[in-house]
Amino acid sequence: MRFGFFLREALRALRRNAVPSFAAVATVLVTVLVLGVFIPVVQATTGAANEIRAKVLVDVYFKRDATKADIDRVERIVRTDTPGVGRVQFISKQEALKSEREAGRGEFYDLLGSNPLPDLLRVTPTTPDAIGQVRDALSPVSPSGERTVVDASIDEVQDRKENTDKILSATRVVKLTMGLLAGLLALASLLLVANTIRLSMYARRREVEVMKLVGATDWFIRWPFVIEGVVVGALGGVTAILLLGVVKVTLVDPLASDFALIAAPDTMNFGLLVAVLLGSAVGVSALGSGLSLRRFLRV
Amino acid sequence: MAATERHIRRRTEPAPPRQRVVGDPVPGAVIDFRSVTKKYPSGDIGLDDATFAIHPGEFVFLVGSTGSGKSTIMRLLIKEIDPTYGSIAVAGRDLSEITHRKIPYYRRNLGVVFQDFKLLPNRTVHDNVAYALQVTGGTRRQVREKVPDILRLTGLSLKLHNFPDQLSGGEQQRVSVARAFVNHPPLLLADEPTGNLDPETSVGIMQLLYRINRTGTTVVVATHDKAMVDRMRRRVIEVSHGAIVRDEQAGAYSGDQSTGDFGALWGEGLA
Repeated sequence: MRFGFFLREALRALRRNAVPSFAAVATVLVTVLVLGVFIPVVQATTGAANEIRAKVLVDVYFKRDATKADIDRVERIVRTDTPGVGRVQFISKQEALKSEREAGRGEFYDLLGSNPLPDLLRVTPTTPDAIGQVRDALSPVSPSGERTVVDASIDEVQDRKENTDKILSATRVVKLTMGLLAGLLALASLLLVANTIRLSMYARRREVEVMKLVGATDWFIRWPFVIEGVVVGALGGVTAILLLGVVKVTLVDPLASDFALIAAPDTMNFGLLVAVLLGSAVGVSALGSGLSLRRFLRV
Repeated sequence: MAATERHIRRRTEPAPPRQRVVGDPVPGAVIDFRSVTKKYPSGDIGLDDATFAIHPGEFVFLVGSTGSGKSTIMRLLIKEIDPTYGSIAVAGRDLSEITHRKIPYYRRNLGVVFQDFKLLPNRTVHDNVAYALQVTGGTRRQVREKVPDILRLTGLSLKLHNFPDQLSGGEQQRVSVARAFVNHPPLLLADEPTGNLDPETSVGIMQLLYRINRTGTTVVVATHDKAMVDRMRRRVIEVSHGAIVRDEQAGAYSGDQSTGDFGALWGEGLA
């Protein structure tokens, strides 16, 4: 009976204040729409950036006369004594040649008649930023300023310096910008929704005052407002999600096979995205309604 | 002494005796003001050492010019503000003992009528009155039984589904009275109920309040409607600069008038 009364009160308020209610629904709708587009974009972008960053590697080339024992020794050094090392992969001369052939460059090697490629250890650092550490450990800088190697059987340690630096700085900028934008957008949405609710609440502050003078308890007044917030949030959220769904099915999905960015593996799945958006839309507007009422309840 | 210790001592010690409280509580009074002083934060004195008691079934006019303290008394009674000194008891209950959370429950025992009606603008006449019942947990059945009754009493049966802005001032005030009385509270407060109305409409509202008084409800009316007070000849409490300057049974608006024609005109009006 109580809940039914509050629900009727909330619906009556929505009906009687159609214009402010519509403004609130529209605000939620637009906000959810923008967030719904932006969240996957941010995720796809950072996903792509991460994928690029995963390509940051250190190659340890062995001298041509390195024996199996040498290789085992160096691999042990790399695995156990070097900080920041993630994955270590041994690529023999033969394997290197094979992958060159697969890349379509086999004929050049055929011309040479022998395999010029050295054995190598391909080291993936735990994080892309740890690459300098790994390189310095395996190939410390001598007092004279030149690079030396930790083991006599190592010919050279390469981290494809130029590429690495570019990748690291570019992806860092992308991730930072995206993170910042996402934060700002979330903040803006919150303020926008809160402000819209406050406005419609302000228009009804006299009503709240009268209710208190008649002897209504705070929660008796508050519940209809909270339910109203839930209804507004749900209406705006559901509409926005339906629009998003239509756009996804008609525009994004057909393109997904052609564009790596859209198909990026890190993107949140649609169901979870819907749940998050709807939850936050309803939560924010219900909380906003309940909280912004507080000032007017002090009669 | 550390601040916390001071705080604890203040809490455990009995509260210092309130300044200038005189006399014992008046037994059986509906409203009992004892040495009540209200100073506003701005420094204005709203009420200065006011002592009076109102008994069940009385009809009392609170008169005085604007700013004299009438509204302060009303606001103290609905516990919108608290007195600086002194104590107020309503129906034997000390208002200072009512916590903030309990105020709504206290207010349900009062009917309050305001000069500016204070109706809910987006509810019909019926729903405005029903709200006062719903607030107290009244069921739909109670609403169905009581609201039409009270609307008949106040002469609003035909305006049931109108919104407040479709009514005249007098009709709006009748709705306000109906809402105040629908719970049949033992005490009805009216703060300038006729302040915004023309004299003829005012008579109607006053008659309504008088009729409510005759059912046993104590009615307190703050007003500066001289003609009305002179005509009705009920108890008059005059407030001036925050102090009670006159309290007489069957009084006139101003003290120098004789109390000759007690209720002469009024009696006709009611019959």
